[in-house]
Amino acid sequence: MSEFLQQLVNGVTWGSVYALIALGYTMVYGILRLINFAHGDIYMLGAFIGLYTSRFLHAGSAPSPVKAVIVLLTSMVVSALIGVVIERFAYKPVRKSPRLSALITAIGVSLLLENGGVLVFGADPKFFPQLIPSHNIALGLGVTISNQQLIVLVVSLVLMLLLRLLVLHTRVGKAMQAVSHNHMAASLMGISVDRIITFTFMIGSALAAAAGVLVALQSPKIEPYMGIMPGLKAFVAAVLGGIGNIPGAVVGGLVMGVAEVLVTGYVSPTYRDAIAFVLLIVILLVRPAGIFGKAVSEKV
Amino acid sequence: MKLRSMLGPVAAVALVAAALSSGCASKGGNGGADEIVIGEYGSLTGNDATFGQSTKAGVEIALQELAAQKGGKIGGLAVRSVVEDDQGKAEEAATVVQKLINQDQVVCVIGEVASSRSLAAAPICQSAGVPMISPSSTNPKVTQAGDYIFRMCFLDDFQGETMAKFARVNLGLKKVAILKDVKSDYSIGLAQYFTAAFTQAGGTIVTEQAYTAGDQDFSAQLTAMKAKNPEAIFIPGYYTEVGLIARKARELGINVPLLGGDGWESEKLIEIGGDAMNGAYYSNHWALDKPDTTLQAFLQKYKTKFNSEPDAIAGLAYDAAGVLFSCMEKLAATDPASFAALGSSKAGTPERKAACAKLRDLIAATAAYPGVTGNITLDANRNASKPAVVIEVKGGKKVYNTSMTP
Repeated sequence: MSEFLQQLVNGVTWGSVYALIALGYTMVYGILRLINFAHGDIYMLGAFIGLYTSRFLHAGSAPSPVKAVIVLLTSMVVSALIGVVIERFAYKPVRKSPRLSALITAIGVSLLLENGGVLVFGADPKFFPQLIPSHNIALGLGVTISNQQLIVLVVSLVLMLLLRLLVLHTRVGKAMQAVSHNHMAASLMGISVDRIITFTFMIGSALAAAAGVLVALQSPKIEPYMGIMPGLKAFVAAVLGGIGNIPGAVVGGLVMGVAEVLVTGYVSPTYRDAIAFVLLIVILLVRPAGIFGKAVSEKV
Repeated sequence: MKLRSMLGPVAAVALVAAALSSGCASKGGNGGADEIVIGEYGSLTGNDATFGQSTKAGVEIALQELAAQKGGKIGGLAVRSVVEDDQGKAEEAATVVQKLINQDQVVCVIGEVASSRSLAAAPICQSAGVPMISPSSTNPKVTQAGDYIFRMCFLDDFQGETMAKFARVNLGLKKVAILKDVKSDYSIGLAQYFTAAFTQAGGTIVTEQAYTAGDQDFSAQLTAMKAKNPEAIFIPGYYTEVGLIARKARELGINVPLLGGDGWESEKLIEIGGDAMNGAYYSNHWALDKPDTTLQAFLQKYKTKFNSEPDAIAGLAYDAAGVLFSCMEKLAATDPASFAALGSSKAGTPERKAACAKLRDLIAATAAYPGVTGNITLDANRNASKPAVVIEVKGGKKVYNTSMTP
């Protein structure tokens, strides 16, 4: 029993990381109908920006919670700016082109970031300094959680709550909803669609960067290709929850994390990656719009 | 208009062709018979990039010595090395070795560290009749690829047995869990030999879990393992993941010793694993704190040139280059005609094949070569037979624990 509970804790922690990345996918898809394949690489950039910030602050040799917060925020802000630049120079020029062009552009940006990362950061794995020394917290029933896992969980939840508040209760959030329904109608109502798209990329990239720093915090090895697999899995998580749907991304991410950990723990780790894609196929067969997605009938 | 638009591409093609042919003429320097080219391939980039970089560094020290002692020449021919990056991928290893042999005209290939990549390249060297010396691939299958494939290190079966014996006898353990990399020939082989030797010695493997190189999260496997209460965990993987696994294990409250093989050998092991690595043991090819004059001289040169400590991978690569150079010198002394043919013939010609076969015979006859990783004698299966050392991680340092003889 305690083993099972421990696995659930592991799964929820890992799933909350998927959820953070999946949010970016789902937001961009909701607004632009674009699957931003470069999103997983923003997660990688977030981790590296975190690495350089903490080196600058000497956060590894003299760790403190304040420094950890600064590292997290710097990484989120810089990645948000990178997200804006990518949107402006890669996606905006092809916005009026067929959707396939945008998709191919996204794959191109992804390759550029990965191989650019190899060039700039070097290919060998880097050690991410321990911003917060780890210690264990017993939860009873033989289940433990490390303070780092707890931080990952809490920070993810807080960021997700903030996002929900932003989307539902602010002017810009309402404008995002409007744009996701219809670009033309939204712009007729006086909403600057370009500005909303830019804003969406900022938020999405900042969340991915946060996920990057949080993962690096608990498994401190980062390298330029680290974003590929988590990016793909988070994409599956977004589809699972219903792409374009924000609560769906969170639930999809958690389902994915728990499913992976349970498969690894009880079946075989060999099927760990397979389970993600089996889930995707099953969802597409049974509920093509995802758990929370609404089926939209095509206009004839 | 039509003619003009046609002329452009034609001219361009002609220019490129001219450039290519002149490039070939100047680059095919091997035809000039004044130099011998040796090839080296390894993972200069990729997940286990320190392997390739250390190998390159080791060979560079050997070349530097050759330059200092003999002006960089053997038998009157200058020795030059060409290094190719396989990015840590088996398919790339096959491609770059093909290029080394056919384009760079190498007479011998040094590489790889990872067994999967050596296995990908070995059939190519074998069929081209070019000797290949793997400095540090420990999977038995590597040298079974053919009689042109050699290695400078001990094998996984010996290494697995060594660690099993060490765990059972020296540490007195009975229940061990295994965590292996399912995508690596090296890891699977080592796990298999360890299991066989450990169970034969009266121990039990309580559970066998797996991961894949590149994984970031190992909590599920380790949680499943914790439930079985092992007295140690054997992780026959590479250093990148081992550090993360160690951290996660300690986090989950698994405080038993971790055991491993030579794939742990990297400066990054302790950097990534930190304090979690303390109390871990792994089998290795050498220990830097061993008082040995050849070893200490090499250490000194390495530190001066690269400003860091070498790992065993670099030492084995240095020995591989050393064995190769000594065999080339023997060939130059005993059979100058064949040696000259090594420099003057082209890849794939009968002369080249005959000369390479002579070189192969000399490498196969290597006996008691005084290397920095111990005395190297190649057996009938072209494998080096030599003792292994067990290293203990203590207070963030690698300390010599014991030697285990075959």
